[in-house]
Amino acid sequence: MSDVSIRGKAAIAGVFEHPLRKIPDRTTARIHAEVAVGAVADAGLSLADVDGYFCDSTAGFGPISMAEYLGLKPHYVDSTETGGSSYIVHVGHAATAIAAGKCRVALITMAGRPRSAPQGMPAPAEPLPETTFEESWGMFGIAPAYALAAQRHMYEYGTTSAQLAEVKVAAAHHAQYNPNAMLRDPVTVEQVLDSPMVSDPLHRLDCCVVSDGGGAIVVVDAALAAELGGRCVSVLGQGEAIKHTDNGGTDLTYTAAVESGPRAFDEAGVTPKDIDYVSIYDSFTITALIAIEDLGFCPKGRGGEFVQDGALQAPHGVLPFNTDGGGLCNNHPSNRGGVTKVIEAVRQLRGEANSEVQVPDCELALAHGTGGSIGTRMGSATVILGRSS
Amino acid sequence: MTSASLPVPVPTVTEDTREFWEGLIRSRFLLPRCDRCATWVWYPRRFCPACGSLDTSWKEATGRGSIYSYTVVRKSGLPGWSEAVPYVIAYVELDEGPRVMSNIVGCEPDSLTIGSRVSVVMPTDEEGHALFRFQLQGESPQQ
Repeated sequence: MSDVSIRGKAAIAGVFEHPLRKIPDRTTARIHAEVAVGAVADAGLSLADVDGYFCDSTAGFGPISMAEYLGLKPHYVDSTETGGSSYIVHVGHAATAIAAGKCRVALITMAGRPRSAPQGMPAPAEPLPETTFEESWGMFGIAPAYALAAQRHMYEYGTTSAQLAEVKVAAAHHAQYNPNAMLRDPVTVEQVLDSPMVSDPLHRLDCCVVSDGGGAIVVVDAALAAELGGRCVSVLGQGEAIKHTDNGGTDLTYTAAVESGPRAFDEAGVTPKDIDYVSIYDSFTITALIAIEDLGFCPKGRGGEFVQDGALQAPHGVLPFNTDGGGLCNNHPSNRGGVTKVIEAVRQLRGEANSEVQVPDCELALAHGTGGSIGTRMGSATVILGRSS
Repeated sequence: MTSASLPVPVPTVTEDTREFWEGLIRSRFLLPRCDRCATWVWYPRRFCPACGSLDTSWKEATGRGSIYSYTVVRKSGLPGWSEAVPYVIAYVELDEGPRVMSNIVGCEPDSLTIGSRVSVVMPTDEEGHALFRFQLQGESPQQ
């Protein structure tokens, strides 16, 4: 473990997941405000207590637009953008800032309405250098890029479509108990395999939902957490990493989780065996399966075997996962899944998950995000959280 | 059979990549290569990410390689592409080393396997824009 660590210096005091999945009648900024208010209230604080603000590009002009909208006067800001993993990066950066005494109450918000107001990323003033070399081939959305990774995984390790389907089956099993989930019907492996092929080998049911929504997280220093009481969840370790195409050296069999995971485990001083619950970003079934391997929950290439036989199903599977239904069934606000990963991990550690899927004696949880594309370049982030003693 | 006449999107040409795109118009598959460490550079840029050199030169590559991974796109909402399904997007590992994203054209998608040998083709549109794609080696040239 490194000498300088965030371990135990900060805690998540409040979280809020927007309950709606289609929001045609509100602005994205208003949704940021709703989740901000929800999370500070959950923490037992008010917006006036917030002195650090963290957001991604859904918030407008860096951190400035929403700081103004919300009336914040932050001492510390960070608008690191790593796609869907941004909020797990933000939790780590917030804990680091808190450990350094730069702020005491950090608010993280995100929101978006891809279902009601479909829009891409704003076009940059100058084209990104990689874009034309990847968007000239009929790349419809991001499914084909993830399909390239799935195909290679199958080739190298013998992973099957039925094994990938087990990831969706577990998510759907959990979603039936979540009244806010977008898709609440349980599904079988056969139903996944019978759903239309989108981009071989990924079927429609291998893909996550498209939903409006948002989420927010409040991270506070350890002393304030002690005052706020037992619903606070300790931030024990965090890691982040970028993996890119490495000058044409693209290796589709792993993600940046191979680096973010060990950094987080090292800082927390725990191992994969110690983890009681995981929230793992599931933009597609393959996204979760590769991350499960990369984070060390099973050997590389054995993810397909590992997820069989209900391993991911709460409460009694070997590795209970995404008990809110995940991105595959519950929610994927703004096409970004990281914030809900943290929120469900906090619910599990508080004992506030839906009762049918609450993991008994949940002491240690991991939340992991993958932002960008596992078919090209990504930012991965991993955070390990612990129930306060 | 995948379409041999997929759309030819107009590339975004920059000061970093002008020679690459102009090479395709002349049916030459030019890649940047580092003047200092001789590493082939992909995606094309005037910088060597292997050694940090700012000096690269355009060298002709063989245009041959093998499929590293591929997917058959069955559903597409992109203008010009939705009626072209099914089509194949692949990573091709060039014999020079880099793995490049492209289309595989002129074949039955189900006939492809990872490892299949492919060669570059350089289709152009009426306005003279060129693109690079790949076809299975041994097939008659398709544009």
